[in-house]
Amino acid sequence: MKRPVIALIAFAIIACLPLLGDNYLLRLGTMFAMYAVLAQSWNIIGGYAGYPSFATAAFFGLGAYTGAILQGFGWPMPLAWVAAGLLAAVFAGAMGSAILHLKGHYFAIASLVLAEVLLEVTTSWTSLTGGGMGLNLPIIRMSIAAQARLFFWSMLGLAVLTFLMSWYVSAGRIGFALRCIRQNEDASSMVGINTTRYKVVAFVMSSLFVGAAGALYASWVFYIEPPDVYSVMTTIRPIVMTMLGGAGTLLGPVIGSAIFLVIEEVVWRNFLSVHAAVLGILIVGLIFYLPNGIVGAVARRFRKRGAENGET
Amino acid sequence: MSILELKGLTQRFGGLIAVNDVDLSVEAGEIVGLIGPNGAGKTTVVNLITGVFKPSSGTVTFKGRRLDGLKPYQISRMGVARTYQVVQPFPEMSVLENVMAPAIFAAGASSKAEAMRAADEAIDFLGLKDLRDTLASELTLAERKRLELAKSLAMKPEVLLLDEVNAGLNPAEIEIALEMIRAIAARGVTIILIEHLMKVVMSLCSRIVVLHHGAKIAEGKPDEITKNEKVIQAYLGNRYAKANAAEKPNV
Repeated sequence: MKRPVIALIAFAIIACLPLLGDNYLLRLGTMFAMYAVLAQSWNIIGGYAGYPSFATAAFFGLGAYTGAILQGFGWPMPLAWVAAGLLAAVFAGAMGSAILHLKGHYFAIASLVLAEVLLEVTTSWTSLTGGGMGLNLPIIRMSIAAQARLFFWSMLGLAVLTFLMSWYVSAGRIGFALRCIRQNEDASSMVGINTTRYKVVAFVMSSLFVGAAGALYASWVFYIEPPDVYSVMTTIRPIVMTMLGGAGTLLGPVIGSAIFLVIEEVVWRNFLSVHAAVLGILIVGLIFYLPNGIVGAVARRFRKRGAENGET
Repeated sequence: MSILELKGLTQRFGGLIAVNDVDLSVEAGEIVGLIGPNGAGKTTVVNLITGVFKPSSGTVTFKGRRLDGLKPYQISRMGVARTYQVVQPFPEMSVLENVMAPAIFAAGASSKAEAMRAADEAIDFLGLKDLRDTLASELTLAERKRLELAKSLAMKPEVLLLDEVNAGLNPAEIEIALEMIRAIAARGVTIILIEHLMKVVMSLCSRIVVLHHGAKIAEGKPDEITKNEKVIQAYLGNRYAKANAAEKPNV
């Protein structure tokens, strides 16, 4: 019970970031919050349920375009974000029912295709989305500094909501069912778990806040285009961050996104021309030496000491 | 009224008929043995009863309700439990958590505390108390088999299908397993036992059904089955037949 409270206090401290008055830090803070939303969301389907979803970019892009288009129609910003999250969830529910009977690599590939299809649809549907030209969002009448604060706090609020959802999952029946499914799906259905339903629920949960984050991102950057919001990196990053922190744990994805962000920034600054290669090598190394993530490694040490309960 | 009834149960996999027109009626409280050589279709019958496969034709009826066409999780919630030939624990969970899963999802425990109580009861019953907090992946095979039994018991089953629970155990472990199966039966659970070890079947079962090539070829009390010429020669082997004849020369 203690650790989630500590995490909430940490979120509260991060929320004070604007006091420092450093816009670069504020931008990093917003990025961290967005990464935390994506990683925690992926953790529910990928970490708890053990289904390697590559659909994050699909939910993110769908959310971004939904939000942008609705704002273009004159919807107020927060309402557009909510609608984007809900649409992503409905999309995940429909697609999940179709592809979640696939396992392992097959599911991974099917989920990867979702973003590709949406990318094509978005690019071709020029009348609605502006196609390859991208989409501009309405200007907000607000000072730059105030905007930076608004988007930072909104994104952080979304991260906290995602955290609360993860907490609810990990502590309850859903998390227990998903952990069973990850370890042995056949045995799960034999002990009375409706595996299909729980998998779809997990997939929907992993999409809701990602869609909203996509819309928030669109409002934040004012201009979106298909290759940007449907980028494969949007799918890969949360997976790496979650595995770095500890898949299937409550705090892992949050810790992982913070560390990943720091690594990304440091590498970007010092290896500008080869940053992708350096980042890749770092990721491979980390996953190789920390297969259970940071939280997993710490929990293991505790377990060895006899302090039972690997719940993190 | 029989608690479980199979009528004309048939399962085809492409051109192969794995189970062919099997009729079987099991009374409440019985221990029925299901035997037959490898590939006779025993496990397929279990998979048909528990909803892993939907039968090509025929019906499965449990207490007057049709099971065929239902999903495994629905059937397990109705009170039909099984153990697997190859044990299927949740490896990263403790013994307690493993047994809590069916207590929550199949038996419908209303709270975590109630699930824990039900799980503890099943764990104690099978003598796993000392291993309660051990990870399932760290158990020996015999212990894992007992965990399987504990899991199925926590489902509060009325019918329990045991698929080779004794395979891979040594004689001493089998003795213990036998005691446990008897104890479970004494609680009023109807048991269908799939088994290769004749000793086990003979000592436990009130009735034996013999499958061969997917079809039922004999059914009766253990001593009737051992006397059945076809069964002796085809399924227990000639050597068993001779030994049997030497033991009881008047048969």
